Amino acid sequence: MKKEFSQNLGFFGLFLCMVTTLLVLGSIIYFIAVRGFGVLNWNFLTQVPYSAMTKGGIAPVIVGTFYITLGAIIFALPLGLACAIYLCEYSPKSIVVNIIRISINNLAGVPSVVFGLFGLAVFVKFFGFGVSILSGSLTLGILALPMIISSAQEALLAVPQSIREASLSLGATKWETIKNIVLPTALPGILTGVILSIGRVAGETAPILFTAAAFYTRGYPKSIFSEVMALPYHIYALMTEGAHPDRQRAIAYGCSLVLLFLVLFISGFAIFLRQRQRSLNG
Amino acid sequence: MDNQIKMQAKNVDFFYGKNQALINVNLDVYANKVTAMIGPSGCGKSTFIRLFNRMNELIMHTTLKGKILLDGLDINSPLVDAVDVRRRVGMVFQKPNPFPKTIFENIKYGLKVNGIKDKAFIEQKVEDSLRKAVIWDEVKDRLNDSALKLSGGQQQRLCIARCLAVETEVILFDEPCASLDPISTAKIEELILELKKDYAIVIVTHNMQQAARVSDYTGFFLLGELIEFGKTTDIFTAPQDKKTEAYITGRFG
Amino acid sequence: MERHFDTELADLKSNILGMGDLVEEAIIDSVEALKQLSRSRAQEVIDSDRFIDEQELKIDEECLDLLALRQPMAVDLRFITMAMKISTDLERMADLAVDISQRVLELTDKPLLKPLVDIPKLTLLAQEMTRNSISSFINKDAELARSVILNDIKADNLRDLVQQELLNDYISKNKSTIPRAIPLFLVARHLERICDHATNIAEDVIYWLEARVVKHHPEKLDQNV
Repeated sequence: MKKEFSQNLGFFGLFLCMVTTLLVLGSIIYFIAVRGFGVLNWNFLTQVPYSAMTKGGIAPVIVGTFYITLGAIIFALPLGLACAIYLCEYSPKSIVVNIIRISINNLAGVPSVVFGLFGLAVFVKFFGFGVSILSGSLTLGILALPMIISSAQEALLAVPQSIREASLSLGATKWETIKNIVLPTALPGILTGVILSIGRVAGETAPILFTAAAFYTRGYPKSIFSEVMALPYHIYALMTEGAHPDRQRAIAYGCSLVLLFLVLFISGFAIFLRQRQRSLNG
Repeated sequence: MDNQIKMQAKNVDFFYGKNQALINVNLDVYANKVTAMIGPSGCGKSTFIRLFNRMNELIMHTTLKGKILLDGLDINSPLVDAVDVRRRVGMVFQKPNPFPKTIFENIKYGLKVNGIKDKAFIEQKVEDSLRKAVIWDEVKDRLNDSALKLSGGQQQRLCIARCLAVETEVILFDEPCASLDPISTAKIEELILELKKDYAIVIVTHNMQQAARVSDYTGFFLLGELIEFGKTTDIFTAPQDKKTEAYITGRFG
Repeated sequence: MERHFDTELADLKSNILGMGDLVEEAIIDSVEALKQLSRSRAQEVIDSDRFIDEQELKIDEECLDLLALRQPMAVDLRFITMAMKISTDLERMADLAVDISQRVLELTDKPLLKPLVDIPKLTLLAQEMTRNSISSFINKDAELARSVILNDIKADNLRDLVQQELLNDYISKNKSTIPRAIPLFLVARHLERICDHATNIAEDVIYWLEARVVKHHPEKLDQNV
């Protein structure tokens, strides 16, 4: 009787924790929604801002976020995937490999503002790309790299050794095995990792602070060398600069809401994919 | 009656790092016969069978001394391509391991990696292999279904069909029925008896009665050594070595 | 490693030993009945035969069960299959003891012919070979088994001697001795057949112990490896 009671007490405690977590999430969404919902309408999402950004919409901001995120993935995915394949499939198990793995994990722990400074020094100044989509993408790409490598590694390691053996025993080379068997099987896992990095990258402010973002650009970006507006930075900018704090505040909350929904949607999609992959693999 | 020798192990020593797993093993595998390897766990029989298709070299820090011959030629010589050896010497594993693809694609894969592109040829080959593996009737209407939907026994026959498609000459079975129920096991054993008409077969098994049922020759391994090798009928009625007898009669351990 | 199976094999062995004892007794009794021309003793042998027959059936069933359920291999397989054959040979030997007793019954209402020296020799040999063949089985004595096999020729010769003597000295000389000679003629045959069966048992023992087939191949007897 006593055991059951303390067990139930424990479960209740856990239940409270879960409720608290949900409450926190819920309140964030609520808080932002209440303040930002007012400005959300179709125009908001599709028009350029004017009148010192107190009127119009944030379409170019959304597009800007899209471009730099896409750029980041274009840079990080092939590189990260190749790195993961090498680490998993080709490298011998040795101290060197462990050092590499630890280094990659450490890279993930670097504060995002440090990435921003790095991007400023290397891409903006040294390579001379200037503040642009290119610099921003590259910087965000480096940020995304450890995430992509980790999730790709995990996906590759989850492929059972037995089907690699089966492939080799039929007379396939190692690369044929990777290309035809391992990668297709690991694809859902890799994809999930990529999608999660997209979510992360889309919401980063500090790395794009010095490398891509501008307070205001006229219209849509013209090339990869253009500056760009992006959602995270836009929120910051609206709250700290500009001439009309009151109106801007509402727009900032509207941006936050858009960004929030974007990230939640992407996470949700990744979870959905992962569930589907699990049920396919039995 | 003269037996044609298909594969041979000559003075084979094998090491995992510093640990010697096989000690001076000499054994002949005859064409169109089933050769069984029996012995307690850890005796080296699985390690040994993997030498025949060079699967052991995928493990780090292993050393092979001595020779493994296929049709008289050393399969480990630098002039020989491991990939080619593996096509000619196929393997069926303990746990069925079909690819997470359709049944058709599973069989097609082997042909693809061996450079065969002709669609009609591939289709014919897929059917032939599935027929030879006695599974055609069960899957002919669902070749595009995932192979993972098949039962354990069917999956194992699919894996056998996979080997047959690439026209192996030797089939190595590493405890093929270990994870199957008795009826599936019986089907696979019948299949092995059919297949030996066209292939040289080597089977590693924990189950002595299985070795007695399907094999023509049996080798008894203990702690890395081949203790005795001979006709299955002799080994099971009148083994020469006391250790063999102790193992076979269950007085072991 | 001790196995449950070993207990079952030991049981089988002791059943064969038991049957062997009964058979030895039957042969001794039938020979005594002959010596003493005792009707009662002869009748006893005939009546007791059914116990021996039952033993044979019991042993056969036991062996069949062990084959079906235990999948015996190697030495165990040889032991069980030979046990089946040995029980058959033992049963035949008991039947021959019954035959000898029948001959005694035929003789007791007639005066005995001059006692033949060689029939006692043959009876002794038959008893010795019977005892030794069973003993070689119980004691796993391949040498003893070999000696039994080598004695078989002696048994053949003794039978021939007896039968020749009966033919030459009695049957051909005096037709009235025929009713008394024929039973003795047949007794010699029965005794020689007992020796044959003892030889079979010994050959089976050698197959069990050495996996060597010496049955019908006496030349293989002497090869020691």
